Amino acid sequence: VSTDGRLALLRIRRMIAKELRQLFRDPRSKRVMFVAPIIQLVLFGYAVNTDVRNVATAVVDHDRTPESRELVAALTSSGYFRVVATSDRPADLGRALDSGRALVALEIPPGYARDLSAGLAPAVQLLVDGTNSNTATVAQGYALRIVADLGARASSLVHGTPRGDIDLRARAWFNPSLESRVYNVPAVIGVIVLLMSLLLTALAVVREREVGTLEQLLVSPLSAGELILGKTIPVAAVALVQMTLVTSVALLWFDVPLRGSVATLVLAAALFIVAGLSLGLLISTVSATQQEAFLAMFLFLLPAIILSGFLYPIDTMPELFQRLTLANPLRHFLEIVRAIFLRGAGIPELWVQFTTLGGMATAGLALATWRFQQTLSR
Amino acid sequence: VDLVRLRAVARKEWTQLRRDTRSMLLAFVLPLFMLLFFGYAITWDVRDIPLAVLDQDRTPESRALVDALMASGYFSVREELDGAAALDQRLVGDDVIGALWIPPGYARALLAPERSAEVQLLLDGSDANTATIALNYADAIVVRHAARMRIAERSGAPPVVLETRTWYNPNLESRHMIVPGLIAVIMSIIAAMLTALTIAREWERGTMEQLAATPVRRFEVVLGKLLPYVAIGLFDVAVTVVAGWLIFDTPVRGSIPLLGALTLLFLIGALGLGIFISAAIKSQVLAMQIAMVATYLPAVLLSGFMFDIASMPAVLRAVTLLVPARYYVSVTRGIFLKDVGLEVLWPQALLMLVYAGIGLGLATRAFRKELAA
Repeated sequence: VSTDGRLALLRIRRMIAKELRQLFRDPRSKRVMFVAPIIQLVLFGYAVNTDVRNVATAVVDHDRTPESRELVAALTSSGYFRVVATSDRPADLGRALDSGRALVALEIPPGYARDLSAGLAPAVQLLVDGTNSNTATVAQGYALRIVADLGARASSLVHGTPRGDIDLRARAWFNPSLESRVYNVPAVIGVIVLLMSLLLTALAVVREREVGTLEQLLVSPLSAGELILGKTIPVAAVALVQMTLVTSVALLWFDVPLRGSVATLVLAAALFIVAGLSLGLLISTVSATQQEAFLAMFLFLLPAIILSGFLYPIDTMPELFQRLTLANPLRHFLEIVRAIFLRGAGIPELWVQFTTLGGMATAGLALATWRFQQTLSR
Repeated sequence: VDLVRLRAVARKEWTQLRRDTRSMLLAFVLPLFMLLFFGYAITWDVRDIPLAVLDQDRTPESRALVDALMASGYFSVREELDGAAALDQRLVGDDVIGALWIPPGYARALLAPERSAEVQLLLDGSDANTATIALNYADAIVVRHAARMRIAERSGAPPVVLETRTWYNPNLESRHMIVPGLIAVIMSIIAAMLTALTIAREWERGTMEQLAATPVRRFEVVLGKLLPYVAIGLFDVAVTVVAGWLIFDTPVRGSIPLLGALTLLFLIGALGLGIFISAAIKSQVLAMQIAMVATYLPAVLLSGFMFDIASMPAVLRAVTLLVPARYYVSVTRGIFLKDVGLEVLWPQALLMLVYAGIGLGLATRAFRKELAA
């Protein structure tokens, strides 16, 4: 190694030491860096649950026969519905839905048992609160299936299995019980890591400018590239530690299965973190004040989360937005983590996402360095 | 509280804010932009679920079943498979979400008495949400298809009919649930963001001593700083509500004055929280980090906007009580979609009032400590 190279390494090392000291000087920021991600994952891991179970149900049973009770029991014993209120006034059903105490309301008409045994196909009413369209769709589907099964059983007692009955057997791969948590917790890891990477870098340069230490850096022998490296390496290390912490919580606390290899996951995390950090640095070099950097980061983060496929499937977005998601590093990272965790996929299946993420990391770093040079020479 | 001094502080804050063109632009334009952006982008309506079909029966009956699935609009056949081996391969790729397998003998079993015909639906469970919805749609379609066949063959009407009716959002359009929730989420994030730096900035720039030297009381400073932001917030909500109504046809069925009053309560609480963070933590960097961590993801994930609070564990449900967005999401959805008033929303109103009181109180206390230091 030439003397120049050694000197450059030495300068970067010094810069890293300075950055680390600055990062850890305030004990409160240590808490933000290492405790906050864990708390966040634990809280959000419990929150990200779209499984429809124990739907609050209000019941008005005008019939009050063993048959009508059997219908209610069929709904509740499935585990999908839970009776929270019973009454004999139909008006109460509306009130229960209005107040949000119940999401579905069942009304069994008088004469239900009589019509059932006479083969007259009694009509049972189900009112569904459509505010949450997702839950409503799923709950409605469960109710339809349960009532159809019950009806088939009732009529087969009389006539034997009627012709034309179809039995749909469903089998889900990768996640047999269709638990949403297993799908969502890996995504929460991605979101937390992105948030923390941005938080650590978005103010890095602009603060030096506001506090006036940017001039000092300017007269130091460090080049723009060395400065960027000196700023990124310590923060990347912190972000990797955060990633390890939250991943451990996901595995140990939430029992999310990790079917793929840890090495692939680490590689993906490293690429993603560098992409996130360089975005933060870019924001920092473009902004004039810390407040502006804060706003810019905010402006970036919400779209990044919403257009990532974390909360909303990308396939259902309009064409234009689907294309926009391609520019979102979080989208590619989420595809990678979900595939590694759930499907045990490796680089052969995920090379497109890996190269995209790698490209973004490189381009982001180059762009941040270039912007930083501009800032320094001004 | 002296009104003259209060007005002076509010005017000073407003002037400072107005000079910062970029922040002003963001405060006024950002919410509308986000509503438009996300209103168009987000939908949960699952349509055209890509399916592979393996029909080993190849009878008019089996084709009728596939047609029934396609005709619903919820599924589309991407691929016709010709062997069971291909079926197992199919799901590992990501171009289909499920595969329908009609085994040989389906039509025979269907027409025979005492037997029911079996078909299999294999789903890619790695996206549990879409898979659950797909399963539900398929199930409902198959149940209806079987019932229709029975009627056609006069082998008896279905034994029980379940008539479902959906309230508040009859077509189950996810947009109607998203737009009101989105307004609440956007506003709670913006509120914290606008005020999180307001006191830390004075501190870092050294104008805090000047503020301390004026005869203004602490509470007046906090309230005076709050007022311009409350005005901006109210304006933002008004614009987004009108935009949601005009552009996305989100109905506003309830009382608008009530929405205004509850919005005011919510804003005071959320802005007060931002001022508290800013006053308690003198550094802009740390204040920003804490504001972000404490408000951003909680507003999205713990507010009921995305995930039903009722299905969270009890401890977490208690934690959501600390998230102001939670109350406001119930308020906007209740007023927009359900046409409910205070008779239903009073717990939210009461808790937001408490929140606003605590927010202002904490901010004033944190501020007092600093002036003494």
